[in-house]
Amino acid sequence: MTHIKTLVLRAPGTNCDEETAFAFQQAGAVTSLVHISQLIGRKSRLDDYQILVIPGGFTYGDDLGAGLVLANEIRLKLGRDIEDFIASGRLIMGICNGFQVLVKTGILPGPMTNLPGLTLTSNDSGRFECRWVHLGANQKSRCVFTRGIERLYLPVAHGEGKLVADAEVLARLDAALHYTDEQGNRQAGYPHNPNGSAADIAGICDATGRIFALMPHPERHIQPCQHPGWTRGQSGNGDGRKIFENAVEWIKSL
Amino acid sequence: MHRVEVCLKEQLPDARGQGLVRDIHDLGMNTVSDVCVRDVYWLDAELNPDELKLICRSLLANPVTQHYRLGPEAKTEPGIYSVEVAYNAGVADPVEETAMKAVLDLGVDSVRAIKTAKRYLISGQLGKDQLETICNRLLVNPIIQHVVAEEPVVFPENPRYSFKLEHIDLLTVDQSQRCQIAQQFGFSTDELQAITGYFKNLGRNPTDVELETLAQTWSEHCVHKTFKSKIYFNGTVIDNLLRSTIVKATEELDKPWCLSVFEDNAGVIDFDGQWAVCFKVETHNHPSAIEPYGGASTGIGGVVRDIMGTGLSAKPIANTDVFCFGPPDLPYDRLPPAVLHPRRILKGVRAGVADYGNRLGIPTLNGAILFDERYTANPLVYCGTVGLMPKKLALPGKQKPGDLVVLAGGRTGRDGIHGVTFASEQLTGESTELSCTSVQIGNPIVEKKLIDTLLQARERGLFVRITDCGGGGLSSAVGEMAAETGVRVYLDRVPLKYAGLSYAEIWISESQERMVLAAPAEHADELLALFDSEGVEATIIGEFTGDKRLKLFYKDDQVCDLEMDFLHHGRPRLEMAAVWPKPQHLEPDFKPPDIIQSLLKVLGSWNVCSKEWVIRQYDHEVQGGSVLKPLVGKENDGPGDAAIIRPVLDSTRGLVIASGINPKYGDIDPYWMAASAIDEVLRQIIAVGGDLERVALLDNFSWGNASRPEGLGALVRACQACYDMATVYGTPFISGKDSLNNEFEFEGNIISIPHTLLISAIGVTEDVARAISMDFKQSGGLIYLIGSTQKELGGSEYYRSLGFTGSRVPVVEPHQAKELMDNLSRATSRKLVRACHDLSEGGLGVALAEMAFAGGLGARVYLDRVPLAEPIDRDDFILFSESNSRFLAEVAPEHRDEFEIIMSKTAFAQIGEVTSSDMLDIYGQKGDRILSVATSQLKEAWQKPLDW
Repeated sequence: MTHIKTLVLRAPGTNCDEETAFAFQQAGAVTSLVHISQLIGRKSRLDDYQILVIPGGFTYGDDLGAGLVLANEIRLKLGRDIEDFIASGRLIMGICNGFQVLVKTGILPGPMTNLPGLTLTSNDSGRFECRWVHLGANQKSRCVFTRGIERLYLPVAHGEGKLVADAEVLARLDAALHYTDEQGNRQAGYPHNPNGSAADIAGICDATGRIFALMPHPERHIQPCQHPGWTRGQSGNGDGRKIFENAVEWIKSL
Repeated sequence: MHRVEVCLKEQLPDARGQGLVRDIHDLGMNTVSDVCVRDVYWLDAELNPDELKLICRSLLANPVTQHYRLGPEAKTEPGIYSVEVAYNAGVADPVEETAMKAVLDLGVDSVRAIKTAKRYLISGQLGKDQLETICNRLLVNPIIQHVVAEEPVVFPENPRYSFKLEHIDLLTVDQSQRCQIAQQFGFSTDELQAITGYFKNLGRNPTDVELETLAQTWSEHCVHKTFKSKIYFNGTVIDNLLRSTIVKATEELDKPWCLSVFEDNAGVIDFDGQWAVCFKVETHNHPSAIEPYGGASTGIGGVVRDIMGTGLSAKPIANTDVFCFGPPDLPYDRLPPAVLHPRRILKGVRAGVADYGNRLGIPTLNGAILFDERYTANPLVYCGTVGLMPKKLALPGKQKPGDLVVLAGGRTGRDGIHGVTFASEQLTGESTELSCTSVQIGNPIVEKKLIDTLLQARERGLFVRITDCGGGGLSSAVGEMAAETGVRVYLDRVPLKYAGLSYAEIWISESQERMVLAAPAEHADELLALFDSEGVEATIIGEFTGDKRLKLFYKDDQVCDLEMDFLHHGRPRLEMAAVWPKPQHLEPDFKPPDIIQSLLKVLGSWNVCSKEWVIRQYDHEVQGGSVLKPLVGKENDGPGDAAIIRPVLDSTRGLVIASGINPKYGDIDPYWMAASAIDEVLRQIIAVGGDLERVALLDNFSWGNASRPEGLGALVRACQACYDMATVYGTPFISGKDSLNNEFEFEGNIISIPHTLLISAIGVTEDVARAISMDFKQSGGLIYLIGSTQKELGGSEYYRSLGFTGSRVPVVEPHQAKELMDNLSRATSRKLVRACHDLSEGGLGVALAEMAFAGGLGARVYLDRVPLAEPIDRDDFILFSESNSRFLAEVAPEHRDEFEIIMSKTAFAQIGEVTSSDMLDIYGQKGDRILSVATSQLKEAWQKPLDW
């Protein structure tokens, strides 16, 4: 069997790289933590991998806006490599800061050359907040990462997760994940929607369904004892696990 | 020069502005209706319009959410006041480095510097005085910031430094000049005499940097001279307080799993035979008093570097934070001049710790916040970090002559010069003016890059020893590292933030985010290349020698030549007198007030109330290891006891982390304060399903003043308790820290903090599946009270809520307590307990309420069943007694017999049951219902005070 190779991108301030790699390993992938300088310096090649993931963190301190400086660097220095990677049918995932990076490069909602008309900005609360949220997966989404998923319970931990978009961009957006209440209803308000995101959007994908990003952290809930209610008998098998398995399975099926 | 002002588009809420409106209303100015916050950037460059537009559109203003405009401040409409706030010259702008990088990425290379500022547009009817109050209390901290007047922000040129070797005359000066020198460098008379003798033998005067080195190395902060002094106490002589109490306990217990104690930057214990964990808690009190955000963030930065500098470097895996502040509702007329209001200190400290810790990707899992008016001028900020490393790398390494001294991380500036001596001194109103250089703003991303790179270098074996550059800067780091060998350092090779630093400033600078490594010459190239690949600056600044001398050079000139033996062993020991007169407090005599109101009041007290507002703003999930989180229960908002994490994701082994602190008992007797803190921290570990098998303790003393006999006597009492308790519980101390001068002087009055001992604990649990949370789980559950209750309300939250102190402080009988805890952990390991909570502040009443509302269930409890160690004739005393070594446990009815057999040698009783009624019902000793209240009402009282 060939290995499914996942590149976990590191940059100054990345801090969820190890648990993200662990989640992909648990799903059966082989992972490499690769620093952005290695890609720019051509010491590592994006082309050697099937999945690219930009994990959470505070890249470059989130100075000037969350994920912006890394997005700027990727767009200007790796833009062609990313376009080739996308064109060859592979998968890209962004988690939290990775979502902010993908949006600010324009990779999402894509295509990259367009001005995105979409951003992630400060939470309505004005605060960084760490809390668990209920999510509903959009059954009409083309997203390959959320296939077969209806509901998820995952933690968020961010200060700039509110999705804001121009009206026409919002209208044609493939919103793969929504914030909901415990029963799965949208429009439940704060704190169910923890940041005031437009249309309760928690995650989006591009038109191909192969580029996916979300604010919540699926890599922080792949084992039962990570569930905050596990001492109350509420744990499952780690809701986030399925997302990583979907990615690996999809590559395998090619 | 270009000025760019960025503002939010109209339809978007300005959360920062709204937060300020609330803060301004809190100042009593309700006429302010709106505040807009705008980001201002000053670019030192001459850019063409296209370049400027590119920078603004790509980096400074988000096209979806923000507008920008160029040029000077636009005039505001009447009724809107504009205030622009910028950093002072010399304060490193935290955003500048990243902004410069991003501009370069855009292909624009002509920008020389970038400064940021904030512009506040305040709408409302305000007088000049009111506007000034808003600026002083909320917008500007003069230590680091100023209001921009008409003239634009300046980019100052730093003057070049021209070398001149400075000597300090010790050999020919008279007595008054000697006193002056002693005061300038912070030496005692004895110390300066020893130094004079040393240089007299050499036949020369010391250089300034030699005296600075001695001052740093001999400071209280670095050498803990009080703890090592000879103390005369109650007719006995204590030869080294630390060795004869705290360290002695560890030596007597002689646990094989203690790998490194009291010798490295943190204590280290064995985790699972393959991995080791280390733990260190630091205080960063004085800087946080002056500039809360910067002080607290550099506090967390410093303790994380301690962990990176333990053994051959550990990975930071968890943070703890314990703060002590003045009350947030302190009236302004009670605030001493030049002191920041507790509310502002709390917000600043919280933000500093969260911003730094979150950016490093370290979960903040455990902590506490305490309030007392005496902390107003001297807030306490304890930052702790746990690290993980391979067991075989747990011990400090050894360098050999010829190995290189490598300085890695941030550049060196004038930051924090004399921070160590500042930390050891008393604060006054003038401190805020004198201490500008003692505070800096940290840069967490530089530190994160250091962590990432050091762990790789460690794996490749590229260095043989490491330590952090903390208090005392290079002077302390290199001086200690080379104590056994000797070293030559070339100070002109140290990379600087700006020109103009003298050799002495370079040597003692406390710039953050720096580590010192000893690297064999053959690995140097690979090590430097690795640092370079991660964007971390690393420089060879010297080499270790075999001559046991500290030699410093600036270019071709030798500026320091000291024998290591004198530097580290030449300090004359202090001799100190200690007394402890028992304070005379009386037990109050009062009629029991309404019991529901009393419970609501204690739940809503600053010390007991929910700290969710703070906890939520820390990332407690990063790294994916959290098993028992700081907020637990049905709605993830109940107060967890200890935290549990799994540091190794594919293992079920866990670490339990807890904090115990009870300064209010110290007002009555510091011995029982220390004993109670130890009992409390261990209760928390037992309550979450842990055991005492492998638990290590840390001590952190923050004292008002330990140089006066009464203060020192209190310290001796507390240390004796540490020994007495630790030896019985079987829990060794592995590390500690002290901050012994926390007094504030104004108008001739000295305000001293309450003597405060923080005990932190770390325990290993074999299987995290044993973990228990404190929330009630199911109606019908049997509620057991374990441990016996006495009329111990001295220093209790109940007394405090009524304005009393009292004299019956809770005591600890450690032998009984140990047996009780061992029995309870036997029961939890057999999964007989489904909820457990320790009884601490507010006693039984608070613990019951918390378990009920955290579980979304009710409870019915009978006080006549509570096991008493002495007759207590009042229900309120039973409900609010703070006797130690007590727990509440919920047990399923089917486990009743087995549980009771295991607990049979312990004082315990089933005092009630969990109900589905949403009511807490308590029946008094006479059998009548004395309290019936909805748990939602209790929860609201508990959540409201800090729901900011």
